Amino acid sequence: MEKVLTKMVGIENSRNIDVYLKSGGYQALPKALKMTPDQLVGMMKDAGVRGRGGAGFPTGMKWSFLPKDNPNPRYLLCNADESEPGTCKDRVLMEEDPHQVIEGLAISSFAIQAHTCYIYIRGEYVNGAQVLNKAIQEAYDKGYLGKNILGSGFDLDITVHRGAGAYICGEETGLIESLEGKRGWPRIKPPFPAVYGVFGSPTIVNNVETLVTPVHIINRGIQWWKDNEPKLYCMSGHLNRPGVFEAKIGINLKDLIYGDDYSQGIAKGRKLKAVIPGGSSVPVLKADECDVAMDFDALAKAGSALGSAGCMVMDETTCMVNALWNLIKFYAHESCGQCTPCREGGHWMEMVLGRIETGRGRMEDLDLMLETANNIAGRTICPLGDALAWPIAGMPDKNKGGDLSGNSFVTKFRDEFEYHITNKKCKVTIPHEWN
Amino acid sequence: MALEFNAEYKKQVDWTLSRYPKKEAAMLPVLHLAQYQFGYISTEVMELVAKTLDVPVSRVQDVVTFYSMFREQPVGKYHIQVCHTLACAINGGAQVVKYLEEKCGVKANEGISADGKFSILRVECLGSCSTSPMMQVNDDYYENLTKARIDELVEKWKKE
Ligand SMILES: Cc1cc2nc3c(=O)[nH]c(=O)nc-3n(C[C@H](O)[C@H](O)[C@H](O)COP(=O)(O)O)c2cc1C
Ligand code: SF4
Repeated sequence: MEKVLTKMVGIENSRNIDVYLKSGGYQALPKALKMTPDQLVGMMKDAGVRGRGGAGFPTGMKWSFLPKDNPNPRYLLCNADESEPGTCKDRVLMEEDPHQVIEGLAISSFAIQAHTCYIYIRGEYVNGAQVLNKAIQEAYDKGYLGKNILGSGFDLDITVHRGAGAYICGEETGLIESLEGKRGWPRIKPPFPAVYGVFGSPTIVNNVETLVTPVHIINRGIQWWKDNEPKLYCMSGHLNRPGVFEAKIGINLKDLIYGDDYSQGIAKGRKLKAVIPGGSSVPVLKADECDVAMDFDALAKAGSALGSAGCMVMDETTCMVNALWNLIKFYAHESCGQCTPCREGGHWMEMVLGRIETGRGRMEDLDLMLETANNIAGRTICPLGDALAWPIAGMPDKNKGGDLSGNSFVTKFRDEFEYHITNKKCKVTIPHEWN
Repeated sequence: MALEFNAEYKKQVDWTLSRYPKKEAAMLPVLHLAQYQFGYISTEVMELVAKTLDVPVSRVQDVVTFYSMFREQPVGKYHIQVCHTLACAINGGAQVVKYLEEKCGVKANEGISADGKFSILRVECLGSCSTSPMMQVNDDYYENLTKARIDELVEKWKKE
């Protein structure tokens, strides 16, 4: 398949503006500047672009929520926090092809008529921030940023803003608070950022990968996008060839795991056990559930989610109790502490899982966990509460009146949890060596 | 004595302030610059940042204590942060920590080695999942870690 999003990866000096220009870069921006902002928003709607940050929200629709009569300046915030465990794709775009990102941000800013854009990049990506800063300077020097871009009369400033190690700043309103110089405490919605965002102004927050899509839709057309929609998949875990791969959206998960062009199968000839397909917050799939298309609708139907496409693959050396404990520790650690169900629930779940893992569990702990997860989900300010509950107890289920389906770690691998409780040891006996 | 940014950092602080409509919004970038210059965020550094941004010191402290990258204690010359979240954990993250502890002569989350060179922390996901196990040393990522690679790195750092 022709690479579009990752076309520049592996090319010498791919970060240099001249190399980007030679490979057809900055051709979409002048075309965009000749369109009207409304046409661009309409283009995103017609193409059916859905957000790549986790929730899959339709991008054109989000952009059209901006109020027409608000006199305050608008802001575009590029969410480069990349903090959901399993996710490592935006880093590739920013570090290997920063000008694609800048071109996408310029087009998107014009579409929403924002003259200021911040890239909120996770603090640990020091290299990514440096690469972006250098590329932004090149773009200013060549007139793709700054005042009167390419003679269009449109002005845009982009600034890279480094976070400082807090997962919650990936949540859009936590990000906004953090950008304002505060703790990353998510805000109660409404008001939504489109109406009242950073500095009290109308604000759009989108993921990095979402914001590069207009470049390719303008260059190749809406029909091309619909027929070929490219997507990045982050493949990690027990694989022969882990990595970030570009594929047409909806590629079968088995192809990503076993395909020659992708991860080439499970390492050391071991057996596949489970896959978390969309970042650590989405329900786990068992090995026999992996014949599934990696798109928003198919994964939702399978009881999981595409999320941020962070796909963690586990083989038979993995203890499912330990794996869930690991994830819940993460969420308990990263809870901002504002809501009781998330703050307290996270720590209780962590302790219950810890006692099961260390041989002090009780059989009633399993139902206790499912019930507690159900009492956390949907009862918090931001979706971190849900992200904590879904791995334990699955996604909300219409047939259960919106309660969690139960279909994730605790139910799907209940035998392993019970074995731990009854035998006070792990059911997995194959060791994983590191060398 | 009250601390000041040196000339090089002062320039960067001024440029940073010019990029935001409100001074306070430069909180994280200015704290990062301060940590580069002073090594860690002491009370005096918080006072400097508060003065720079025209906010009370308590506002700065509120932020410093929330974000894991801002540290209130000195760290080793090579500050090693090892990811221990799932993708790294299932690929040997814990063994990496143990191996580093032996090689560097300091336990994770227990301060600085006697020679002042190393400190080790277990940290949450660093967004490098497809190159696990991995660690961050000061600003740089080291990925796909093996024993041999760690041997090579630690030997080099011990000589420096
Ligand atoms: C706890 C939490 C963490 C999140 N982390 C990220 C992140 O690191 N990157 C990201 O793009 N979106 C993240 N999101 C989703 C954002 O809130 C937001 O929906 C997204 O940036 C919107 O972009 P999109 O419409 O392009 O997907 C996170 C959400 C939650 C609840
Ligand atoms: S759900 Fe958790 S992370 Fe989100 S606002 Fe509430 S306490 Fe904070």
